[in-house]
Amino acid sequence: MRARSVFSAVWPPVLFGVAFLALWEWFVEARDVKPFVLPKPTAIWEQLRDNHDVILEATWATAQNALVGLAVGLVCGLLAALLASRLRTLDEMLTPLAAAVAAIPIVALTPIFNTMFASTSSIPRRLIVAIAVFFPIFINTLRGLRQIEPVHAELMHSYAASPWTTTRVVRLPSALPFFFTGLRVACSAAVIAAVVSEYFGGLQKGLGPAITSAAAASAYPRAWAIVCAAIALGLAFYLAALLAERLAMPWRRSTV
Amino acid sequence: MSVEPAATAAAAVNLAGVGKTFAARGRGSATEALTGVDLTIAPGEFVSLIGPSGCGKSTLLRIVADLVEPTVGEVLVNGKPARRARLDQDYGIAFQQSGLLEWRTVRGNVELPLGLHGADKRERRSRADELLALVGLEEFADHRPSQLSGGMQQRVAIARALARRPALLLKDEPFGALDEMTRERMQSELIRICAETSAAVLFVTHSIPEAVYLSNRVVVMSARPGRITDIVDVAIGERDEDVREADAFFGAITEVREALRGRRVA
Amino acid sequence: MTLRWPTSSAPALRRAAMIALAVVLLALLWEGYKLVFPEDGVHIGDSLVLPRSDDASMPHLKEIVSVFGQDEVSGSAGSSTVFSSVVSAVWYSLRLAAAGFAVGVAVGFLLAVAMQRARIVERALLPYVVLSQTVPLIALAPLVYGWSGNLTLFGADWQPWMSVSLISAYLAFFPVAIGALRGLESPPPVQTELLSCYAASWWQTLVRLRLPSSVPYLVPALKLAAAAAVIGAIVAEISTGLPGGIGRLIISYAQQATGDPAKVYAPIAGAAVMGLFAVGVVSLLDVGLRRYQTPEGVS
Repeated sequence: MRARSVFSAVWPPVLFGVAFLALWEWFVEARDVKPFVLPKPTAIWEQLRDNHDVILEATWATAQNALVGLAVGLVCGLLAALLASRLRTLDEMLTPLAAAVAAIPIVALTPIFNTMFASTSSIPRRLIVAIAVFFPIFINTLRGLRQIEPVHAELMHSYAASPWTTTRVVRLPSALPFFFTGLRVACSAAVIAAVVSEYFGGLQKGLGPAITSAAAASAYPRAWAIVCAAIALGLAFYLAALLAERLAMPWRRSTV
Repeated sequence: MSVEPAATAAAAVNLAGVGKTFAARGRGSATEALTGVDLTIAPGEFVSLIGPSGCGKSTLLRIVADLVEPTVGEVLVNGKPARRARLDQDYGIAFQQSGLLEWRTVRGNVELPLGLHGADKRERRSRADELLALVGLEEFADHRPSQLSGGMQQRVAIARALARRPALLLKDEPFGALDEMTRERMQSELIRICAETSAAVLFVTHSIPEAVYLSNRVVVMSARPGRITDIVDVAIGERDEDVREADAFFGAITEVREALRGRRVA
Repeated sequence: MTLRWPTSSAPALRRAAMIALAVVLLALLWEGYKLVFPEDGVHIGDSLVLPRSDDASMPHLKEIVSVFGQDEVSGSAGSSTVFSSVVSAVWYSLRLAAAGFAVGVAVGFLLAVAMQRARIVERALLPYVVLSQTVPLIALAPLVYGWSGNLTLFGADWQPWMSVSLISAYLAFFPVAIGALRGLESPPPVQTELLSCYAASWWQTLVRLRLPSSVPYLVPALKLAAAAAVIGAIVAEISTGLPGGIGRLIISYAQQATGDPAKVYAPIAGAAVMGLFAVGVVSLLDVGLRRYQTPEGVS
């Protein structure tokens, strides 16, 4: 009966979504709402269709920044978590720092990086993405590495297993779910950071500048269309993270 | 690498004057968990430890397993100090939680101790299949632990404990989380398995019928401080299903119960 | 999504010392880099891989610190210091973010209660709420600015600052809705069944059981919402150029970077302090609601 349960999970949000769009369309039409306040869904769709090549180009530019930053942040975050799980001092320095950084708008650092590198470089944005990705990966992976079920610890001790063997056989696999929680957050954060850092000036490539220039030109339906593309990009990254999790942990039936 | 049974001449377990005091934590005072424990377990013998909470039976088991160090006394497993016995992998252990690794298949879990000590792939697999057949789970070899019931998971844990043909099996209330019917079935299974492997067993439980059904001897302990108060010989013949309803069985249960109450006349 | 606030278990003094140590190390790294690496930066082929280390790209720390005392408009007497400009800009933005935070939290909480009350509402809306946290909704910021001067809501004209607060509210809404829902649904069946036996009404159950149980989930969500409100305000200000806010200050000082490279660090530091302050204030709730926290906390 899995098809039935999928259907029953899917129809309320789909119905709501359709009703919402219909209501939106009717409201704009009936109340004669101007486009700079709220464009019609159909107008947005038209813009998506007509400008899809330009929009795709901008999406790809932003996606590249997000991908590169994600890769760098992932690697650094994992390494840091592995090191911090062995070196107490590193852990004690990085974890409070991570808590502080979670409160700070990291994207505000973009102007600094823009001066440090050339402002025609993509590196400032990628660096911001890497920082935004580093912390969720670090925090969650570290949490996973720190935990070991007492019964597994005793079992390994009874096998006279070395600390490295225990890490390899028990700690690393049990840290996987925590890593993937971090990956889900990191993937979304990568796209968000990539888009937002584009609002801080620098290169004119990417979704952020496209949105601002469309808004400045009062082409609001087009601006909304580009926002939709940004949302789609974020969703794509998130779904990729979910897929990676499903593939890497076939023994788990549900995601937390 | 061949997996040989350990030498059987020495006693399986020899405890002399073993005591354990846990240091005071915070504002509490030091706890004397065990004191003056003397016990010898012969090769192939099945011995249960029974007693109220706090009598130190789990601690004693962990001392034999070298997971806890005794404060005083000598612990010999297979004629060697406990630490050496652990490093030589002379015993297999099963806990109340089956402790199966959820990311490995059932076979993978049974292969765990073999893989840790260098058996090659083919050897591991054939030994694992042998053990799963012994506990009656050969069809589930490729399943994941989460797909098995509690009783089946415990059977996998037992198979895993037997992987390296140890001379001694240590069990800490392995059936504690199971319902009564499953427990009785598992007890019969355990007897059958132990008969085929001729390992000595040290079994911690708080169920009197379980202790009597499984053991050659039942070691009765009491708390504050933890110590052995009595040892009851259980001589009720062959352990089959009919024994559970025999008078001799109930007589032995009464003996153990009286010993637990401290009223037994030896 | 289980977004958890990172916590350290070390005592407060040691934690503070460790943060100080980390900051010192970062400072050493900064100056050390300037000392060691070439002024032109490190190139691979044509592109710059490591930053330039000259004073225009990476000002000395001493300079950065001294920027705060600088006059805002150099040379003109009577102009305020950079420090006071930053402080007043932070204060302005903070109030906008706070207004947005309040609205977002209120609406988010009400939605959570509605979702708990009616399962169908949860089924229809929760997927959107969850997914909204994964997508860059903040991209909408520039679009809302066009509302000012052209929109009349409930008789009042839409002010530019309202656009900023709206974005803050929007971003704060989602973590609160999810956290509150999870918290309201957290009591185990044994507790809800108990209240059923007492013939408690839905409202009584809400107030006496669900609300207290939701505290361990609400507090981390509120911290996330506070951080989100701050980021929302800053980004909205930047993409709309709202005067008076810290976002605008960052942009304008960044544009002066060729002449005065260290100046832009001041409002950025102000933005960081703003974020920390907002989260810190919300964390005080943690202390006040200690009674309702489970022994280990759920953060």
